[in-house]
Amino acid sequence: MSRSSETPRRPPRGPRKRLGAALLYGQVLVLLALTLFPVLWLVQMSLKTDIEAIRMPPKLAFSPTGENYVALFKGKFARSFGNSTVVSVATTLLSLLLGVPAAYALSRAGLRTDRSIALWILTTRMAPPIAFAIPFFLAYRAVGLIDTLTGLVIIYLTFNLSLVIWMMRTFFDGLPRSLEEAAAIDGASPLSVFLRITLPLAGPGLATTAIFCFLFAWNDFFFALVLTRSKAQMAPVAIVNFMNYEGWEWGKIAGGGTMIMLPVVLFSLLVRRYLIRGLTAGAVKG
Amino acid sequence: MRQRTRFFVILLSPALVVLAVVTFIPFAFLLSTSLTPLNLARPTTWWNFGDPLGNFRELLTDHRFLNSLGVQLRLSVFTVGFQLLLGLGAAVMLNSRLRFLETIRALFIIPMVLPPIVVAIMWKVLFTPDISLLDWFLGLLGLPEIAWLAHPRLALPAIIIADVWEWFPFTMLMLLAALQMMPDEPLEAARIDGASSWQVFWQIVLPLLRPAIVVTALFRVIESVKAFPLIFVMTGGGPGTVTEATNYYAFLQGFNYSMIGFSASISVVVLASTLLVSYLIIRLVGTHVEVE
Repeated sequence: MSRSSETPRRPPRGPRKRLGAALLYGQVLVLLALTLFPVLWLVQMSLKTDIEAIRMPPKLAFSPTGENYVALFKGKFARSFGNSTVVSVATTLLSLLLGVPAAYALSRAGLRTDRSIALWILTTRMAPPIAFAIPFFLAYRAVGLIDTLTGLVIIYLTFNLSLVIWMMRTFFDGLPRSLEEAAAIDGASPLSVFLRITLPLAGPGLATTAIFCFLFAWNDFFFALVLTRSKAQMAPVAIVNFMNYEGWEWGKIAGGGTMIMLPVVLFSLLVRRYLIRGLTAGAVKG
Repeated sequence: MRQRTRFFVILLSPALVVLAVVTFIPFAFLLSTSLTPLNLARPTTWWNFGDPLGNFRELLTDHRFLNSLGVQLRLSVFTVGFQLLLGLGAAVMLNSRLRFLETIRALFIIPMVLPPIVVAIMWKVLFTPDISLLDWFLGLLGLPEIAWLAHPRLALPAIIIADVWEWFPFTMLMLLAALQMMPDEPLEAARIDGASSWQVFWQIVLPLLRPAIVVTALFRVIESVKAFPLIFVMTGGGPGTVTEATNYYAFLQGFNYSMIGFSASISVVVLASTLLVSYLIIRLVGTHVEVE
């Protein structure tokens, strides 16, 4: 699978090659430092008081304080963080519940609709969010779903349901059918074949897909901004509200930012092999 | 066999029904809204199809809309261009089986998975004078302090820098995958013929990489329309309208000025362009690109 082309395959030998390798490592480390710097900067700000956080020149040796996090947990942010968690989990479960059976059917029925489904999925995933925001906003106003968690769970289905169908389909396609056929010959009903045999085998695929759904919902800012006011406020919108007229609460902004990015970083490292597949669903097959 | 078919239909239909309800119907609704002058403050504008193309006619002469197209174009061209360059460089550097590099690769993906709002905040911090490490550093070099985000010529570049940082890992991953699938033979042959590694790169690797580069660029072009959180947090479209990209302008019209009908017509234009690019992707690569 992975055959390298440009750079050496084995650790290089000889002084010149070793120098080359050292140069390469040097470049990579510099790029890595530049890449991670903004992230680490935000994290260290979150461990300082409001005044220390924005003092220039910055104090690199400081005694960290947890006061921003304490304040966040005592304030309204805790509730927004809870909302984000509830909505992301709910939309993930619902997308899986609807999407996994559909993906299985598509994989096993051998329908010749592949291309149109791929195009449709790609389109809905690529559509600019505002194209969904306007009709959903009008509809939610009419039926009273503005500023509700339910409203957000439903709009997140627009991208997560097609994502589940697409990703689980490729996972199901990769599973051997011999076990299913054997069970069917032994008289198992199609439903029990699906539930008892295929689904357990698809465990890793399910976990990966679930993480993607969770991340897409968790990371959303636009829909949360447009469709909620206060009750159903999500964490990303709550952070923006710390940038208010009375002054910017830098410590809390940094702390809140750190809190919403931590789960994301951990989860994404778990599914990094599938990132491309998840981000380009509909067009790229892993 | 018939039992099996019925089973599949039962499995499939709930998802398809829900998918249709949450995607087809909103698209139709959006399209019909774009044909009305809907303004939430004025009830008479509901379902008023008296002048269906009025919004679109207005778009043609709306300076702010035309300006927003220019902003979007610059934003897309520069972000995608730099992301391809940086992504290609990083992919070539990391395309190796050295243990150390394989471990480190994972860390490079962090920017693109972060919540976009957090990315926006990070860069807001770095570009705000007085509190910014960047400015302090420039100050040490004897350079004047610059309010990047309030500067008419530097606000858009600041957003471009943030966007390039956020998404170069994506171009890197796509191109890295393509590099790893590249056959060894032509490269070996060229080396045996005495080509330098620079020549191998320019004349063999790059041409072989072209399809992957095109697809990656198209993906990024589509996504570059979604730089919303960066603009919202960093500049709010300002100073003036220099960072007011089309998507952001549609948001302002619809949700700040309540001109929902007009905003819908902008969205239709953006959506149509997106569809066109998606269609190009499918035409160029068939239904799938193989990765990994």
